[in-house]
Amino acid sequence: MLKDIEGMMRTGRLPHIWCPGCGNGIVMKAMLEAIHESGLNTDKIVVVSGIGCSSRAPGYLNFDTVHTTHGRALAFATGIKLAKPELSVFVVTGDGDGTAIGGNHLIHAARRNIDLNVILFNNNIYGMTGGQYSPLTPQGRFATTSPYGNLERSFDICDLVRGAGATYVGRGTVYHTKLLTELVKSAIRNKGFSFVEAVSICPVSYGRRNKLGSAPEMLKWLRDNAVAVKAARAMEPEKLAGKFVIGELYRETAPEYTELYAGLIARIKEGS
Amino acid sequence: MNRERKAQLLQGNQACSLAAIDAGVRFYAGYPITPSTEIAEFMAEHLPRIGGKFIQMEDELGGMGAVLGAALTGAKVITATSGPGFSLKQENIGFAAMAEIPCVIVNVQRMGPSTGGPTSPAQGDIMQARWGTHGDHPIIALSPASVLETYELTVKAVNFAEKFRVPVIILLDEVVGHMREKVVLPDPAELEVVDRKRPAVLPGSYRPYETDDTGIPAMADFGTGYRWHVTGLTHNEEGAPTGQADSVERQLTRLFTKLDRYEEEITLYKTFKTADASCLFITFGCTARSAAEAVNILREEGLKAGLLQLQTIWPFPRKVVKELTRDKELVFVPELNWGQLRGEVEKYAPGKEKLYGINKINGELITPQEIAARVKEVAKAC
Ligand code: SF4
Repeated sequence: MLKDIEGMMRTGRLPHIWCPGCGNGIVMKAMLEAIHESGLNTDKIVVVSGIGCSSRAPGYLNFDTVHTTHGRALAFATGIKLAKPELSVFVVTGDGDGTAIGGNHLIHAARRNIDLNVILFNNNIYGMTGGQYSPLTPQGRFATTSPYGNLERSFDICDLVRGAGATYVGRGTVYHTKLLTELVKSAIRNKGFSFVEAVSICPVSYGRRNKLGSAPEMLKWLRDNAVAVKAARAMEPEKLAGKFVIGELYRETAPEYTELYAGLIARIKEGS
Repeated sequence: MNRERKAQLLQGNQACSLAAIDAGVRFYAGYPITPSTEIAEFMAEHLPRIGGKFIQMEDELGGMGAVLGAALTGAKVITATSGPGFSLKQENIGFAAMAEIPCVIVNVQRMGPSTGGPTSPAQGDIMQARWGTHGDHPIIALSPASVLETYELTVKAVNFAEKFRVPVIILLDEVVGHMREKVVLPDPAELEVVDRKRPAVLPGSYRPYETDDTGIPAMADFGTGYRWHVTGLTHNEEGAPTGQADSVERQLTRLFTKLDRYEEEITLYKTFKTADASCLFITFGCTARSAAEAVNILREEGLKAGLLQLQTIWPFPRKVVKELTRDKELVFVPELNWGQLRGEVEKYAPGKEKLYGINKINGELITPQEIAARVKEVAKAC
C-alpha cells in the first residue's frame, strides 16, 4: 500500500512545509489511500486547492494539480469539471479557505450538485497566517485575533453543506484514519457534490494557544470526544453536549450538474 | 444566429460573442452586470448548441476562477463584465498572469467610481486594465471603436491569449457594446485561428515553465497524463513553488518581458488623415468616432487635423505615438475620463506643452463639435 501511495506523490518536492505534529499529512494519506482503493485512473485526477496550510497538499501530489487563489478552489474546480466531465476532481481546502472567504462558492457548488469531492481539513484556525480565528473556531476559544476568547458561534459545516444541497456528507478525524479513508471512498463513489470534513489538529497555531497539549494529546482528545453516528442516535442530547459526531452523516441521490448539462446539449441537438 | 456572411444588423456585445465563438471559444463563466449582460445571454444560448459550456457563477470571482479552471483543461475561454465586476476579477486575473493561463476578459466599461453609472458610457478603466491586479505583470488590452472592429479585435484577443499565454482584456465601452451597426462579417472558415502550443515531449520529461526561443512555454491540457502543478506562488521551470532569488528572478523576468519581442505584432492602430496633419488626436473606443468626425469638421475650416486611433491600449503603442507626435504642433487626447490615456501619451510624446486633454466625465459622449470647438479655442490662443 505504501508503495502505491508513494507513486502518487512528487517525492522530489519533499520535505513538506507542515509543522511536526500537524494533522495535514494524515488527511492527505487517507485521501491517497481512498484514491488507490477506488482504482481511479491517476491521469484523470485533478486536485484543486485554495490558500492555507492544507491547500499546499496538491504541490506534493503527482496528478494535475492547481493551487489557486484564497477561497476560490471550488470556482476553479467547477470550471475544470464542467469543461471536462470525465476528470475526477478533488478539492482540498481548509476551514478558513472553504467556509469564510470561499463560503459562497461552497454553498453554490453544493446547490448545483456538481460532481466534486471536497475534503475540508478542519484545524479550527487560520494556521498559515499565524493563528487567527476562523468560522470553525469554537466559541470561547483563543486565537491571535480573539485574544479574549472567540465571541462568534461556529458553523456546523456538515449541516451547512447538507442544507445547501450536497448529496454526500461525512465527517472523520485524523485519529480515526480508517474511517476517513472510507468516507473519501464513498465520496468518490457518489455522483454529485460530496463533502468530507476531516477534523484535524494544529498543535502549533491552535493547540498551544488553547492549552490543548502536544499532538498526541490532541489526537486523544479527538478519540475521546468523537461519537459514531449510530451511537449518537441512541444518546441523550445532554450526553452529546460538547462531543461531535463522526461517520457518514448524509447521503442522497439527485441529478448531477454536468450530467444535466450533457442532457441539455443532447436535447438541443435533437431539437435542431 | 445568422451565420450567413451577408450584411446584418449587429450589436457590439453580440459581435464580441460571435467572434469569440468563431475564434474557438467553448467556455464561458461569469456574473451578470450591466452593460455587459448581452454577452452572457448570447453565450448561454449559443454555446450549448455547439457542445460548449456556459455557467452563471455565484459572483465575479467565481466567474473568473471557473474560466481559468476550464482553460487548464484545454478550452478556449471568455468572461465578460463591467467596471465593478472587473475590479472583483482582478485577483484571479493576476493568477492568470502569474500561472500563464490563456483567457479573455471583456470589460464593457461603465462610469465609476463604485456603482457609478451602470448604463452611462465611460472610458475610465485604462489604468484598471493595466494595473488592477497587484504586482508587475504582462497584460494585453484591446479597444474597438465599431461593431466590426469588435468582431475583429475579439478574434485577435482570443488568438493573443492562446499564443502568448496571457490574460487579454477587451476594453469595450457602453456605446460600442450597445450600438447596432450594419456589418458583413468574415467567413469563420477563413479566419486565422491560433491554438496554444502543446508539449512535444513525453509526460515524464515535461517541464511546464521551460521555454524555447519563443519565450512562451508549452501548455499541457489537464487529463492528458502530463500531471503538472499550477500555482500563483513564485515558481521554477518545474512549476514548483520556490523562493530562491535567482530562480524567482529568472522566471519573473521572463514573465515581464515575454511580450516585448512581439510588440510589433501586438500593436494595433488606425490612422486617419495623419500624413499632412499639424494637429493630431490620439484616442480610442467610441471617442475615436467623434474625433474622426471632428477631423472632417476642422479640415473644412482649414485646420489640418488627423487621428491616431489606438486599438491596442496595452502594451502601450509607444513607438507609433512617438513617431506620429514628433512633428505635430498640437496633440489632443479626447477621452471619457479625467486623463488616463493622456498620462501615457505624455510619457512618449516629446514637447509636453503641446498636449491637451479633452475630457468628459458626466456620462455622455464627447461630440465632434465639442472636440472641434476645443481645438479652435487652443489654436486661437497659440
Ligand atoms: S500551522 Fe498548524 S495546520 Fe499549519 S502546518 Fe503548522 S500545525 Fe499544521
